[in-house]
Amino acid sequence: MSKNKKETKEPLFHLAKRPAIEWWKAWLIRGAAIISSLIVCALIIVVLTKQNPLEVYAALFKGSFGTQRKFWAMLQKLAILLCISLAVTPAFKMKFWNLGAEGQVLFGGLCSMVLMFEIGDKIPNLLLIIAMLIASILGGILWALFPAVLKAKWGTNESLFTLMMNYIAIQLVSFAIMVWVPSGSSVMGLVNSSTKAGWLPSLLGQKYLLNIIVVAVLTIVMFIYLKYSKQGYEISVVGESENTARYIGINVKKVIIRTMILSGALCGLAGFLLVAGTNHTISKDLAGGDGFTAIMVSWLAKFNPITMVVTSFLIAFLQRGAGEIATNFNLNTSIADILTGIIIFFIIGCEFFINYQIKSTKEKEGK
Amino acid sequence: MLSTIASFINAAIIQGIPLLFGSTGEIITEKSGNLNLGIPGIMYVGGISGIIGGYIYEHSVENTVPILCILFSLCTSLICSALMSLIYAFLTQTLKANQNVTGLALTTFGVGVGNFFGGSLLKFFNESGSISLLDTGLAYKACLPFASKLGLFGKTFLSFGFLAYLAIIIAVVSSYILNKTRVGLNLRAIGENPATADAAGINVTKYKYLSTIIGGMIAGLGGLYFVMDYTAGAWTNNGFGDRGWLAIAIVIFALWKPKSAILSSFIFGGLYIICVYIPGLSSSSKEIIKMLPYLVTIAVLIIISARKKKEHQPPASLGLSYFREER
Repeated sequence: MSKNKKETKEPLFHLAKRPAIEWWKAWLIRGAAIISSLIVCALIIVVLTKQNPLEVYAALFKGSFGTQRKFWAMLQKLAILLCISLAVTPAFKMKFWNLGAEGQVLFGGLCSMVLMFEIGDKIPNLLLIIAMLIASILGGILWALFPAVLKAKWGTNESLFTLMMNYIAIQLVSFAIMVWVPSGSSVMGLVNSSTKAGWLPSLLGQKYLLNIIVVAVLTIVMFIYLKYSKQGYEISVVGESENTARYIGINVKKVIIRTMILSGALCGLAGFLLVAGTNHTISKDLAGGDGFTAIMVSWLAKFNPITMVVTSFLIAFLQRGAGEIATNFNLNTSIADILTGIIIFFIIGCEFFINYQIKSTKEKEGK
Repeated sequence: MLSTIASFINAAIIQGIPLLFGSTGEIITEKSGNLNLGIPGIMYVGGISGIIGGYIYEHSVENTVPILCILFSLCTSLICSALMSLIYAFLTQTLKANQNVTGLALTTFGVGVGNFFGGSLLKFFNESGSISLLDTGLAYKACLPFASKLGLFGKTFLSFGFLAYLAIIIAVVSSYILNKTRVGLNLRAIGENPATADAAGINVTKYKYLSTIIGGMIAGLGGLYFVMDYTAGAWTNNGFGDRGWLAIAIVIFALWKPKSAILSSFIFGGLYIICVYIPGLSSSSKEIIKMLPYLVTIAVLIIISARKKKEHQPPASLGLSYFREER
């Protein structure tokens, strides 16, 4: 009303929430974001290396598809990243910010390694692998359970709690390595490389195939669990609104603890796959930052396990490609982190254009 | 014995200064309701950009002037940290992206930038070896001339470069601004309830942007202090370690008060290196002692949440993007 009397400054445009956008439009926006981020990345690399951009892109592809070995290595990277992403997803869906996947994977891996190292030659291999699997899963659960219980009981800030648990796991691994490797070199070599005790078998001559199959099955199970099971539904409700959840009789505390147990168990499984199926050794970089990358993978996929295959492929492809670029053009491998960062900035930024629309103020008044 | 304690206190303060910069920056940011988990990345960038600035200066002149060494590296560091926080502010405030995801991406990016340029800077200039800016490092390390004459006291408390004192001054000044001025009141109002602040006529976007950028610049100085004063102008990849995350933890330990962050940072700095000062530790048990800062953080988190005191809580809108038309 005061508008008529007094001249007020009006912005040229304002923002409004979009009603649901068609899925193809949403993917068009995302596609445009990914392409523009790749252009920015290429520009940066070209400026740094002064190479032909086409060569840079060729190297990017060669990182994942250059040789059969590279292809399998990319698939392996994808599988582990996807596994950790699946692990963090249920927790994020209920808005539990688990930044501790890194530590849960690491501690799960450490539990496997303890068995592999200490009783590797004393019991049959199959029994050992099963014991390692159980130990890893329990380890992951233990690492997730502390923050979950306290969050449920007192509302303790879970993101910092889980973050600190990462560093405790790192120190425990450093401690274990110091004990196991007395020379003080603080690097652990391959464990049981002669007996292969506790190593997952290779299927069809492919070392990583078993890992990949396990994660593929897991993806489908997680999709069904989140979408069709009662527990999955409870997770969504708690994530959308705790008050609603309480109102319709969901025991929020129970859901938080149960979901984090699941999350921790899957992280432990990832640790097991890394120790028994991939590295056969342990270092404090076992998860190598995937615990954090997984959060972004899961977020970019909107918590949909099937979409996560695509997003984790994107990240795995980029990281392998950036590694290739780094070796080809004699750059530091950290270029991969820079590129990942840029691409994620673009993708999270583009969500804005999916969820909001910019309306011109004048146009509205004209109507 | 006394000299051991003195040197421990001295080392604790030195370790604490980067943490103090980081936590003061994060407190200012969080007061506006922005939970910037990109601080570790910003601190890396603050460090490496200072190195780059100093390097370019040292290599473009014959005789370096200490004050220019400082000026060059300080400016590049501040500008790059500001740009980093600008990315965060733009994504979370203007594009309303999720704060946690943006922050983590910023940390990945920032650590990548730090390690990438740290690892390849010399290659770009066709040199080999490792980065070491002697002149700039010395300029930053220059301490009060009479410090060495004051015996143990001077050695313990006065033997720092100027950035260390700056950290304490910034913490005290921000405490004053946050609690005693109109600007601080507005900022705190936004952190508690942006819709109310907006209705009261406070420019929420401007405040959020400015506090995030200023907070980021302060945090970046922590990285600069680390590379210039602590390691005297040398860069090692991942050398800064997890200090950025500890700085975020200190924010909670200090209950969002910059003044308490001073002592908290020194305590955490002490915990960070206490394993060196406990006699008779084996190298494996040192690794166990290194857990202390994290264990203490967890203990504090639990105690604060269990006591549920009103004045000990984070800003109410922390971590939420503000959209005016949302009800």
